[in-house]
Amino acid sequence: MRYAMAIDTNKCVGCGDCVVACQTENNVPHGYCRDWIVESVDGTYPSLSLEFRSERCNHCDNSPCVRCCPTGASHIEEGGIVTVTHNKCIGCGACIESCPYDARYSHPDGYVDKCTFCLHRVQKGQKPACVEVCPTKCLHFGDLDDPNSDVSLAIKDRKWKVLAPEAGTDPQLYFLT
Amino acid sequence: MKTRRDFIKISTAGAGAAALSFKAFGSEGFSLFGSKSDGPVSDEDLTPYATYCEVCFWKCAGWAYVDKSGRIRKVIGNQDDPHCNGRLCPRGTGGVGMVYDEDRLKTPLIRETRSDGSQYFREASWEEALDKVANKMKEVKEKHGPEAFGLFNHGTPGAMLEHLLRAYGSESNAEPAFANCRGPRSSAFYSTYGAYVGSPENTDIRDTKCLVLIGSHIGENMHNSQVQEMSEAIDNGATIITVDPRLSTAAAHSQYWLPIKPATDIALIMAWINVLVNEGLYNKEYVEKYTFGLDYLKDHVKTMTPEWAYGITTIEPEMIRRTARAMASAAPAVVVHPGRHVVWYGDDTQRSRALAILAALLGSWGKRGGFYFPEGVSVPKFPHPHYPEPEWTWKDWNDGKFPLATMGITTELLKASIPGYNYKHQVKAWLVAGTNLPLSMPDKPLFKEAAASVEFIAVMDTMPMDITGYADVVLPEATYLERYDAIRSAPNREPNIALRMPAIKPMYDSKPGWWIAKQIGERLGLHDYFNYNDYSEVIDWQLKQLGTSLEEMKKVGVKKYPRKSGPLYLGDGEDFTFNTNTGKIELYSTDFADHGFDPMPKFTKHPEPPQNFYRLIYGRAPMHTFSRTSNNHNLWDLMSENSVWVNPKVADLWQLKKGQEVWLKNQDGHVTSFPVKVRVTERIRWDSVYMVHGFGHNNKKLSRTFGRGASDTEMITNVVVDPIMGGTGMRGNFITFLTEEPALEGKEDKA
Repeated sequence: MRYAMAIDTNKCVGCGDCVVACQTENNVPHGYCRDWIVESVDGTYPSLSLEFRSERCNHCDNSPCVRCCPTGASHIEEGGIVTVTHNKCIGCGACIESCPYDARYSHPDGYVDKCTFCLHRVQKGQKPACVEVCPTKCLHFGDLDDPNSDVSLAIKDRKWKVLAPEAGTDPQLYFLT
Repeated sequence: MKTRRDFIKISTAGAGAAALSFKAFGSEGFSLFGSKSDGPVSDEDLTPYATYCEVCFWKCAGWAYVDKSGRIRKVIGNQDDPHCNGRLCPRGTGGVGMVYDEDRLKTPLIRETRSDGSQYFREASWEEALDKVANKMKEVKEKHGPEAFGLFNHGTPGAMLEHLLRAYGSESNAEPAFANCRGPRSSAFYSTYGAYVGSPENTDIRDTKCLVLIGSHIGENMHNSQVQEMSEAIDNGATIITVDPRLSTAAAHSQYWLPIKPATDIALIMAWINVLVNEGLYNKEYVEKYTFGLDYLKDHVKTMTPEWAYGITTIEPEMIRRTARAMASAAPAVVVHPGRHVVWYGDDTQRSRALAILAALLGSWGKRGGFYFPEGVSVPKFPHPHYPEPEWTWKDWNDGKFPLATMGITTELLKASIPGYNYKHQVKAWLVAGTNLPLSMPDKPLFKEAAASVEFIAVMDTMPMDITGYADVVLPEATYLERYDAIRSAPNREPNIALRMPAIKPMYDSKPGWWIAKQIGERLGLHDYFNYNDYSEVIDWQLKQLGTSLEEMKKVGVKKYPRKSGPLYLGDGEDFTFNTNTGKIELYSTDFADHGFDPMPKFTKHPEPPQNFYRLIYGRAPMHTFSRTSNNHNLWDLMSENSVWVNPKVADLWQLKKGQEVWLKNQDGHVTSFPVKVRVTERIRWDSVYMVHGFGHNNKKLSRTFGRGASDTEMITNVVVDPIMGGTGMRGNFITFLTEEPALEGKEDKA
């Protein structure tokens, strides 16, 4: 089993619903976020292109954050989901430094926090809160090993890219272009 | 200048009491988030309560999930709701931030004057505040007649006060939603099709093959089901044509982006019509059967060629032809979107007419992928006596100056409130609900003069919005997640109703709008109009007439009914009579001709920016609604201030840097109260700047959003009035940059 997410940039409008849904679902403190929107503009008026990306932890197969964690708080759960055990985390921040995607933050309660793909929901057969709320349905989640999962079907006939492939982390967010 | 009513910034006045309540509630206000090891709660441990959203006017139905401690944890869309299909937008998802905003209005407030003449707000009991409003209403009725009590309203709370005023004998009401927003398209589509496009609009985007957006930025406006349907249309391979001087989000998702010169849209639309007519691309069978005035139209557009339009719009003739042909090849499955905030240049009803005519030539009204026939559920009125007949209404303030207005005009209500305008009928006092007038209406000097002229203002709101600073009495309303409200029954593909019930008890000393209206009504001897103890009795009675009950609706939230009015679309060759003078779709408007207006749209040249000035274009951000949400902590986290978008060429010229703070000054010498950060971006033309509306709040009690960003409304002092329906054209304002903080003179509200 290999959980992954595909983000359809042809449909994302950058509204931030994924961010606020994550905040209310996971009780993320104000001023912090586990997912975010990137807007990238290319060209000169009026020959322009614009891409919105809903970004979060890439749940990398080769995760530098897990490798560098001195206590084992950062670890890999079922389906490759990278999570942090809060009471094992000493808040040293090594993982924050090692992440090429800047996907982690220091929670005011003293531990490092990040996207969990809403593991607590996924374990019950629900989708992550961001996927469930997205008005454009541009987020697709599921098991890459299952050819009929939403994510497998979403990337099947589409071009996609991953972010910072040069970091060699084998990221599991697929941006459909 | 001192006026009878100083603007009171609630937090700084009335010192003791107000400051105390702020502290008292800090612990409560902040504990929603950030409490230790309080991670996600699984849905089984939460209780869902049916609601529909009030963060914007789309009114999506959803469920408020309440935990065991009585806190609303999240709000999730109702799967059965056609407004949202189970997916709320960021504002709806963040609606919980409205409830737990520590800056909320907590008790009634009454304006007082000290011996030195300065004014402040004093906390008051409901009894006292309600008495004060009711006594003033009695006094106005005796001295001037009930008609002299005006109402500015918006949304469901506004409707509660509208009922109160009708029972009392006044129909002097107006909503910014009409003259400051969508009014022109209402009058235009009504005169063309004898029908309104409604809200949600009856645009069949889901099944369209071609979506045409003119200054309508779906994706930045989060009109939820339309955003969802645009996404479906993208999946289905629909062609999207977006006309916008700015690379909007929708433009970025379009096959064709036409970066038009602002203020020239009518020329483009008429050139499209010219191409359809000249190349014989219009839907001949449909036009012959259903429309009136093709020959007039053909003659009218003869000279309006793409080459003619090129000189005006800067859009190349070949592009105009290519996009017209793209529409024709998709016809009738084309949505020519009527837009929503369409008050731009004062000839907006005519521009909306041009869009309506274009849609008719494509044969799209009443066709799949064009405009469907919506149907709503008619909710029976809870029994009450007939409303008294007012001696005059909003139609009569100005002797019927705007014959095709279908609702009260806000700016006219302001003028009727100022004796100097010598209107036939004068308004002496206001109720205001659900609308923040200083930020939602153009021409702030006019607003301020009117606010200083009236004898009394009562404001009902959940937050200390800027408007509350002008009030004599402030009535703290419970948020939509804490109250019952009228049943939602907006027309749609499938008729449906939605319930709003309280998820939690009202916090602080806030009260539901229905309760406030009833309490005032009782004091005025209008008990028969408020013959219930709790609004749930009204809803239950209505639901029983509709074959359901409050009990059932609490479980389902949304209920759908079968259509009674026939199919969604016209059948092939089906006879149909339109509700117009000719019974047909009027390409040539007999109504306009009868009233002395151009029966077919003409392009008029509008003023251009003077040297060193740039046209001010404003719009929406997907995570905010008007000025209402900018203090909401969840949404503030997403966007805490606006910026002024400046093309890199302009930035170079002015040596403006990314993130630099500037003040804006408009053509009339008005300067923004607060500075705004520069965003240097290719997404905007070099002759214009762009701002998101709703920021630059000037009430310190809005602790997060106070002074963050600048108010576009402050820069809109030149209003070009639409002679047909009184719309307030707002895009004829030009700004320049001040890189140093200007002296106090000319700045708004810097007292």
